[in-house]
Amino acid sequence: MSAHHGPSKGFMRWVLTTNHKDIGTMYLWFSFAMFILGGAFAMIIRAELFQPGLQIVEPDFFNQMTTMHGLVMVFGAIMPSFVGLANWMIPMMIGAPDMALPRMNNLSFWLLPPTFALLASTLFMDGGAPNFGWTFYAPLSTTYAPDTVTYFIFGVHLLGLSSIMGSINIIATVVNLRAPGMTYMKMPMFVWTWLITAFLLIAVMPVLAGAVTMMLMDIHFGTSFFSAAGGGDPVLFQHVFWFFGHPEVYIIILPAFGVVSQIIPTFARKPLFGYDSMVYATASIAFLSFIVWAHHMYTVGMPITGELFFMYATMLIAVPTGVKVFNWITTMWKGSMTFETPMLFCIGFVFLFTIGGFTGVMLSLAPVDFQYHDSYFVVAHFHYVMVAGAVFSMSAAVYYWLPKWTGKMYSENMGKAHFWISFFGFNLTFFPQHFLGLAGMPRRIPDYALQFTDFNTMSSIGAFIYGASQILFLFNVVKTVVSGEPTSEEKTWDGAEGLEWTLPTPAPYHTFSTPPDVK
Amino acid sequence: MHLQAKRLSKLALSPVLMLLSMLSTGAWAEEAQRWQMNLSPGVTEVGAKIYDLHMIVLWICVVIGVVVFGVMFYSAFTHRKSKGAEAEDFHESTAVEIAWTVVPFLILLVIAFPATTTLLEVYDFEDSELDIVVTGYQWKWKYEYIDADGENVSFFSNLKTGKTEIYNEDEKGEHYLLEVDEPIVLPVNTKVRFLITANDVIHAWWVPALAVKRDAIPGFINEAWTNATQTGVYRGQCAELCGRDHGFMPIVVNVVERAEFDQWLDEKKAQAAEIKSLMDKQFTLDEQMVAGKTVYNQYCVACHGSNGEGGVGKAIAGSALATGEVAGHLAVSINGVPGTAMQAFGAQLNDVDMAAVVTYQRNAFGNNMGDLVQPIDVYNFKQVQ
Amino acid sequence: MANTTTERSITYTVTKLAVVAVAMFAFVFVVMVPLYNVLCDVLGINGKTSGERYQVVESSVDIGREIRVQFVTTNNEGMPWVFHPTESVLKVNPGAVNSTVFYAKNPLAKAMVAQAIPSVAPIRAADYFHKTECFCFNQQPLAAGAETDMPLQFIVDQDLPADIKTITLSYTLFDVTAMAASQGAVATR
Repeated sequence: MSAHHGPSKGFMRWVLTTNHKDIGTMYLWFSFAMFILGGAFAMIIRAELFQPGLQIVEPDFFNQMTTMHGLVMVFGAIMPSFVGLANWMIPMMIGAPDMALPRMNNLSFWLLPPTFALLASTLFMDGGAPNFGWTFYAPLSTTYAPDTVTYFIFGVHLLGLSSIMGSINIIATVVNLRAPGMTYMKMPMFVWTWLITAFLLIAVMPVLAGAVTMMLMDIHFGTSFFSAAGGGDPVLFQHVFWFFGHPEVYIIILPAFGVVSQIIPTFARKPLFGYDSMVYATASIAFLSFIVWAHHMYTVGMPITGELFFMYATMLIAVPTGVKVFNWITTMWKGSMTFETPMLFCIGFVFLFTIGGFTGVMLSLAPVDFQYHDSYFVVAHFHYVMVAGAVFSMSAAVYYWLPKWTGKMYSENMGKAHFWISFFGFNLTFFPQHFLGLAGMPRRIPDYALQFTDFNTMSSIGAFIYGASQILFLFNVVKTVVSGEPTSEEKTWDGAEGLEWTLPTPAPYHTFSTPPDVK
Repeated sequence: MHLQAKRLSKLALSPVLMLLSMLSTGAWAEEAQRWQMNLSPGVTEVGAKIYDLHMIVLWICVVIGVVVFGVMFYSAFTHRKSKGAEAEDFHESTAVEIAWTVVPFLILLVIAFPATTTLLEVYDFEDSELDIVVTGYQWKWKYEYIDADGENVSFFSNLKTGKTEIYNEDEKGEHYLLEVDEPIVLPVNTKVRFLITANDVIHAWWVPALAVKRDAIPGFINEAWTNATQTGVYRGQCAELCGRDHGFMPIVVNVVERAEFDQWLDEKKAQAAEIKSLMDKQFTLDEQMVAGKTVYNQYCVACHGSNGEGGVGKAIAGSALATGEVAGHLAVSINGVPGTAMQAFGAQLNDVDMAAVVTYQRNAFGNNMGDLVQPIDVYNFKQVQ
Repeated sequence: MANTTTERSITYTVTKLAVVAVAMFAFVFVVMVPLYNVLCDVLGINGKTSGERYQVVESSVDIGREIRVQFVTTNNEGMPWVFHPTESVLKVNPGAVNSTVFYAKNPLAKAMVAQAIPSVAPIRAADYFHKTECFCFNQQPLAAGAETDMPLQFIVDQDLPADIKTITLSYTLFDVTAMAASQGAVATR
């Protein structure tokens, strides 16, 4: 084995790297940039919705903003951020030297920046960017789409490829490269949740690819998958899309669950309660996620048997999710807790994600969903689970592992400020949206009737506050990397357990070249 | 002194009562109010059942939330290192795992029963007294009352709020964005069935006070039904992203007494008959310009601009069509241009309105063609196309 | 560097997963689409009546039961034809053969081809609404300015669930001139 001279210098280091830490870092920075971009689109949306009337943008551009906000956040920010975390942490957590397929790992990342550059550039093309919602229902996204829909389809294919390759890599790594003694039931929860998530990704990203391929064929090759004129059916699109779409939201949240399962035990100084149960609950959620998709389609005119089936299955998925919440709280119970920033974000997660879970149970009831569907009640629900869920979890993860990655300690005061401002801003933005939905305000509209003004204004103010706090976060991270307080404690947090905390701080470029012995 | 105290305490209580009533009763049936925080039972029995189910689940979630978060926050305050708490070691319990799997499952089972019966009611479309075809268009609704004798009454329902209000040049009216030129009219205490479809993309017809929401899918027909128990005006909006003006195609339902409905329907049938007879009438240029401008501002201005300057659509001022042969202008206005956003307005405008708007376009915006198009000209044109 | 057993194991894992990914893509076209169409056809669950001519089986007419059959027509966007039923509502007995006619006219100065797409409400009734003759089975060409009467012949099955008293048959008329030109005049499914 040849001696390593450390990472090469300059830009080419990053282009050619096959090192999981480098690739993890690139994913994390890329996803943060996308978070800012998606956030900018959200700021435009909320600025327009600050008052009734059209002040800032035209309705068609507003539709482009809501579409791009969703696409960028889901595919550019949230998913790549957790992939980055997986890259950094999985090899270290299982005692492996790197991912199973380091070169494919590099390709998985480098597909993303050009794809998002392409997608973002559609904003400047003739006809404008995709404007049919991130859920792109046909025929709005086929017969009635702007020309840029073809770039959108191409982009989705590339993103899917990146995700599929990444997932294959993760499974191959976890299955084959665990250190001797690390049985499956000794793996950290973060590894478990990512293992299960990777299977979900491999199962459903190709289905998304199928959906956009059918769109491509309808648009350019004269087929009629989604067009009634040729014997097709727009509702077929919805079934195919949501068959992907529902597992997708679990793909987003399961790694977030894994992070919380790592962090709460650390700061409670107590082992995770019910580890086995947590594994089974995660697997149950994954299985159930395949049979609930049509709860996104309750108003489409499904026969009642179908409607009832999906309602019951969806209600059922609350059970394993609840089990996980109870297990986290029981982990806290009778622990010896301190509340550093990562713990604050995790407690915030448990509190706010559970609220999102409650509105999820309400939404699962088909007859009531006839009032909730396509209203701001749904918007509130999914932002609670995705922002207060996934994004809070990612923030927690960054604060938690940043010292291990960089050998520098972040500013705890700034971290706490980030948490509290985010918590306040987030709730001010999204809690009133429940009321708006219940009062009858539909989603995806650039202007609204006067009685919806007050909560919209509130929501917009909250959004600006939440957005500003992310700049604080960026500042804290950059300042830490550049000039943070150095730390060389292997165990940054005294309650931390896991192989990554046996490594030097900062973690060397290559770790576990020889696998450790796991007892 | 006692009376004074009572009045004062009532004053203090009233905002609290208001808040509680907002949360618990959803008192406003007709229209959403400012600061409205909750669903409303609306004016139908099934809507009230939906509201009740919503409140049951909401309260169950609140109670569970209070208990669960109570435990969590209690733990966060009590089991702190700074208070000297020592961490215990327990980390599993099969009994507890079973308990908190079974109990939530049972709670869901309990909720499933009313959810099922309410859904069965929502799906009970039979025995309607009146059937109305609702068609979603980009960006308006069409209503067609099915008549056993084939004398269907059909009309379009467009947003009435003007651009000047939307673009903040004029003050916004009370029913900003929730007003239309022709509301759908329903008789009270009558089971009405809606047959919902779409002309182009997927739309959705949603009236919260009637608890009706159904997707409008091109090429397919969906059923929905309602039985409004109170007269009044109820407003709703399109609930499926359908393009540019998705937020600008509201629904206004006017529920009236049976007698008033019958009278309205008869008037509509008479109007249709009258339009047929107006076919023979000859209007003056002035009459056509006035009528044509109204039609233009309702149907054409969104794409062609208030001065015919164009926008999404081509300019009409000085255009080849508007200054060329009347036949060419009629052809495009009536048949549309397939593959573009120019719809076939022959299906939406009767011959009287079509004649008026074509006359207006040919004489306004500096076109000054001097042409006067009569309803009979439009009718004749359609025969020989 | 991983030893050869691990390398082989990795290759095996990767190959299996790649096959799964490809299979899931194929699943969409080979399973999901046909399954959706089959389920809709067999169960009538999206309100689509079969695109095929019903083979009449001799059966008696249930004169004790009367079903209201309503006809609704819609033109899809950009379809300028005049298209309406000649009878809006028919009262029929299950088992009887009924005939009616739809009027269509092409007002443009060019030949066009239309496709009528049927949809039945309630969804459950689609399986019991049998068309023995329908203009929706084929694309309908019409010369410039031409008009036509298009026949519909149908039987309502005696096994129609007892609680259904009204069936609404809606036709949406689409302009398929371009599609027909590229395919040749072919009957739809």
